[in-house]
Amino acid sequence: MNASYLWLRDFVPFDLSATGIGDLLTSRCATVDEVVPLRQDLSGIVIGRVVEAAPHPDSDYLWVTKVDAGLGVLHDVVCGASNVSVGTSYPFAAVGTVLPGGLKIEKRKIRGSVSEGMLCSARELGLGADHEGIMALETAAAPGSRFLDVLPVGDSRLLVDVLPNRPDLLSHQGLAREIAAATGVALSRPPIPGSARAGSGLVDPGNGHRATGTGNLAPVVEVQDAEGCPRYMSAVVRGVTVAPSPDWLASRIESVGGRSINNVVDVTNYMLHGFGQPMHAFDLARLSGNRVVVRRASPTEKLVTLDGVERRLDDSMTVIADAEKPQAIAGVIGGKGSEVNTSTTDILLEAAVFDAARVRATRTRLGISTDASYRFERGVDRTSVPDLLAYATEMLVSVAGATSGEITDSSPAALAPRSVELRLSRVAQLLGQPVTREEIDSNLSAVGFWIASGAGDRLEIGVPTFRPDVVSEIELIEEVARLHGYENFSSELRPFRPGTVPDAPMHLAAKRVRGACVAAGLLEARPMPFVRTGDDSHRVRNPLAEDEAFLRTSILDSLARRAEYNLAHTQRNVRLFEIGTVFTADRDADTGAPAEQTHAAAVVLGDRRPAHFTEPRPPHYDEWDAKGLAVLIGSAAFPGADITCVPAGGDLLWTVTANDRPAGSVRRLKLDAPVWAAAAFGIEVDMEALSDALAEPKPYMPVPAMPSMEVDLALVVPDSTPAADVERAIRNAAGDLLESLALFDEFRGIGISEGMRSLAWRLTFRHPERTLREKEIQGRTAKILSALEAALGIRQRTF
Amino acid sequence: MTIDEFLGALDALDASALALIASASTPAELELARNRVIGRKSGELGAIMKALPSLAPEERRGAGAAVNRVKSVIEAALALRASAVAAGGVIDSARDLTMPARRQWKGGRHPVTVVIEEVEEIFRELGFTTALGPEAETEWYNFSALNFPSDHPAMEMHDTLYLGDDTLLRTHTSPVQIRTMQRYPPPIRILAPGNVYRRDFFDASHAPMFAQIEGLAVDEGIGFVDLKATLTHFANRFFGATKTRFRPSYFPFTEPSAEMDVECRICHGSGCSSCKNTGWMEIFGSGMVHPRVLEAVGVDAERYTGWAFGMGPARAAMLRYGLPDIRLLYDSDMRFLEQIAG
Ligand SMILES: [Zn+2]
Repeated sequence: MNASYLWLRDFVPFDLSATGIGDLLTSRCATVDEVVPLRQDLSGIVIGRVVEAAPHPDSDYLWVTKVDAGLGVLHDVVCGASNVSVGTSYPFAAVGTVLPGGLKIEKRKIRGSVSEGMLCSARELGLGADHEGIMALETAAAPGSRFLDVLPVGDSRLLVDVLPNRPDLLSHQGLAREIAAATGVALSRPPIPGSARAGSGLVDPGNGHRATGTGNLAPVVEVQDAEGCPRYMSAVVRGVTVAPSPDWLASRIESVGGRSINNVVDVTNYMLHGFGQPMHAFDLARLSGNRVVVRRASPTEKLVTLDGVERRLDDSMTVIADAEKPQAIAGVIGGKGSEVNTSTTDILLEAAVFDAARVRATRTRLGISTDASYRFERGVDRTSVPDLLAYATEMLVSVAGATSGEITDSSPAALAPRSVELRLSRVAQLLGQPVTREEIDSNLSAVGFWIASGAGDRLEIGVPTFRPDVVSEIELIEEVARLHGYENFSSELRPFRPGTVPDAPMHLAAKRVRGACVAAGLLEARPMPFVRTGDDSHRVRNPLAEDEAFLRTSILDSLARRAEYNLAHTQRNVRLFEIGTVFTADRDADTGAPAEQTHAAAVVLGDRRPAHFTEPRPPHYDEWDAKGLAVLIGSAAFPGADITCVPAGGDLLWTVTANDRPAGSVRRLKLDAPVWAAAAFGIEVDMEALSDALAEPKPYMPVPAMPSMEVDLALVVPDSTPAADVERAIRNAAGDLLESLALFDEFRGIGISEGMRSLAWRLTFRHPERTLREKEIQGRTAKILSALEAALGIRQRTF
Repeated sequence: MTIDEFLGALDALDASALALIASASTPAELELARNRVIGRKSGELGAIMKALPSLAPEERRGAGAAVNRVKSVIEAALALRASAVAAGGVIDSARDLTMPARRQWKGGRHPVTVVIEEVEEIFRELGFTTALGPEAETEWYNFSALNFPSDHPAMEMHDTLYLGDDTLLRTHTSPVQIRTMQRYPPPIRILAPGNVYRRDFFDASHAPMFAQIEGLAVDEGIGFVDLKATLTHFANRFFGATKTRFRPSYFPFTEPSAEMDVECRICHGSGCSSCKNTGWMEIFGSGMVHPRVLEAVGVDAERYTGWAFGMGPARAAMLRYGLPDIRLLYDSDMRFLEQIAG
């Protein structure tokens, strides 16, 4: 909410600056987001004292004066005001100053006399409609002082972020209560300028709902919807003259960012911002049938509201109606038809409390939010209604010449006082340090609570009706902590016990995979996980945009879009990975929401490594890189598991398996890509494919002490025979002396017939305890070759 | 001259001398540089050393050591440059050794991940492990169990993306608190990092999905002072010694609630556009776990107390790297990640 510095001072005459008050409120109860100085258009105006004044030689109504504006030299100023007098101070605009409205003061000649500035009237400064002359100031401030520093026109607006549980702070009185408690300065209700006595013109509420009083019969007020309206009070105020507000009232309304409308409406807005009590003034003459009924609307009813919009009502809404039709939507907005205007003489002033949930539902349905609905939704104090209605009526007497007020009240019975138990031991337990009973007593009392009873550890704390948020001990403990001052609690670390919760296994797995991907030169992405199309079960009900209405089922969906984004920005080389959530076709058994899996995925395209002068055109990433990354990611996700890439059909290149269970895939990615783009490859691994992934650590194998022997075998292999089959056959025939087997060459062309290829393997043999003999290996090799021929019909390549 | 001024002058000389030496490209220029810096007659180092006797006796020893350190750095730089200059730069008939190295692609973690892992590391020292939970949740886990009143203005703080009548994308990682307390007995000390969702339009400072880190501690005998101490400790570790401030706040699942701010990293408290002229930056929402939350998961709220906190690592990352627009974190632009990923 917006608060005015000066308005707050009407309630508590504190000594702090606007920023000081901002800091105080922030540390105690509600953060002040900003302090905005008002009337900065007057910042160039200074105090000028007239030290000489003589009639202008050539004019009957002009004066030639000398003005001291604190600069050591006197300014010659020609002035036309009859009230100029020597020794008096006035607001002074020197040459170069810009007045509100944009007029820039220049040095000029008036009837032959030089004038070096201007003594200003209230109107010229936008401070009122005073035409009587220039603005004589009763101030002892030195000439040259800033006008804004001397006169209380330099208000500041505080933008206060009131928390949803503190409706009591949505008014100047509420904020002032906290300031009063913090500063020790008493809180009081601002006296009404021009008002002689409190409660003037009021008649006590009678027994029935009909207001008593003189003159015309006051309307009958009937509350049919007591659930939607726990308390409805009204005052019939007669004899008002609707006119512009006096300056003090208009400036209060403007100080919080409002617009002064007329004296009657401004009084209702004063009550809203000043005391948090929304009020509404109906033109009594325009309420038909001399009846006011608080009831549910009917579905056929409509109302043109104050903003000029015709609104369709329904029976979920509470309205204020006359004998015929709705005249206001309860707690939200008034109707155009009974709006106060310049011909209004009698008004019905409403001060009510409407049900928070009802107001919230109504204004949501209507799609509007008003200052009134904002407060009713959060809770308006029932108890203060009569007082505030009396205060407002008094203000109408003062500012609009009202002559009488007659009151009705639907629920005059006071609420039973409410109290909540507070244990001193519980305070100490939750806060971690004790707070004394004396401190609790004085701090809580300062903001409206009271100790109803209590001895020893247990206190009964009375809760004021304006604090609906305090319903149990814990809220009182927050009050105790808050009023003690958060800054006054210790911040020394104390010993702690370790917790019982182990690290989530998926968190550890993700860390391993992330480390592996980073080491492989990939960059991590954290893109938005929404996609354009999908299955109904993955649809967000209320998406922000239709092109991101679905949850993704694959991370590659997101990464492909990111790769396209890079290509669109002419980034030819893309290598991204992500570890994140995807949503499957299943439903989670507990929640019924789409089931989730953590996947790791990568996309690569373009140069495999940076260009160098030794390699100006590095090779592009290809499917073998992708296959390698799949094994890398799979091994990091499932340490110790056997990660295999099984050739697959369709869009896929390989299916990735972990211990023979499907765990992901490698594919060539179809992108919306420019012609120059290199082929893109995608890898996606389901990190939940193995639940028992962590294998026992492998035991140590002695580092070989004996030399190895290597044999290269170039074989002519039909295209129809997979290399993996050849490898298996070699291993079977080679026996346990074969330490490793590596495919190191593929060749097609001269010397190799069509449909065949030459594949070359390097076989490494080693005996753990002795040096191998040449003959021994030759024998093994011959055995392997004959086995290959027998099993697969494959022969050694001849050169 | 005070010791501070003395050391400051040494520092300044250190920096300017190294630049001067590096810029010398002939033996003659290098000799000039040597004379100017450590020459016997007019060297700048000698000039600074003349102030040694003016220092307090107990400070002289330290000052002397600092002089020696700077002198040896400068001498090493002179020697290195001398050999490069003597080699005539670099000329070798076979190879030009100024040509660039062969590089590998640099991989890296996303800046938000970097922040999350740093936060985890600091809290790990304070006994916190990491817990995870689902992103698609029920209303009960996301709101009811966390004491959100139904139909209350507080719900407006969480504009929710719904998947079904009762299912939604979690608006905070707080459901992980609930799931953890259901599964493990106190004492509990966990961090819960993860993605959360809000129905916010994607603009320079908002995103419909963003990362959050929450922490939860539940035990006997822990109170508001421990929360304050822990978060203060974190701020000093994460940002370097810094001013902090705690102010009242409101969250349905904590009471008392507090917001922790650190002094603005950009203006150091004097007010700037990054901190909206407040001089402070909001880091943590926090508070004592509301007894109703403990009761909702069957923890004895009279015996055990708890505290919780939450922060946005994206904001911390934006602050750290001076990012003007949150969308940079989602675009996955290679040029951005090459620069920032770590
Ligand atoms: Zn700042």
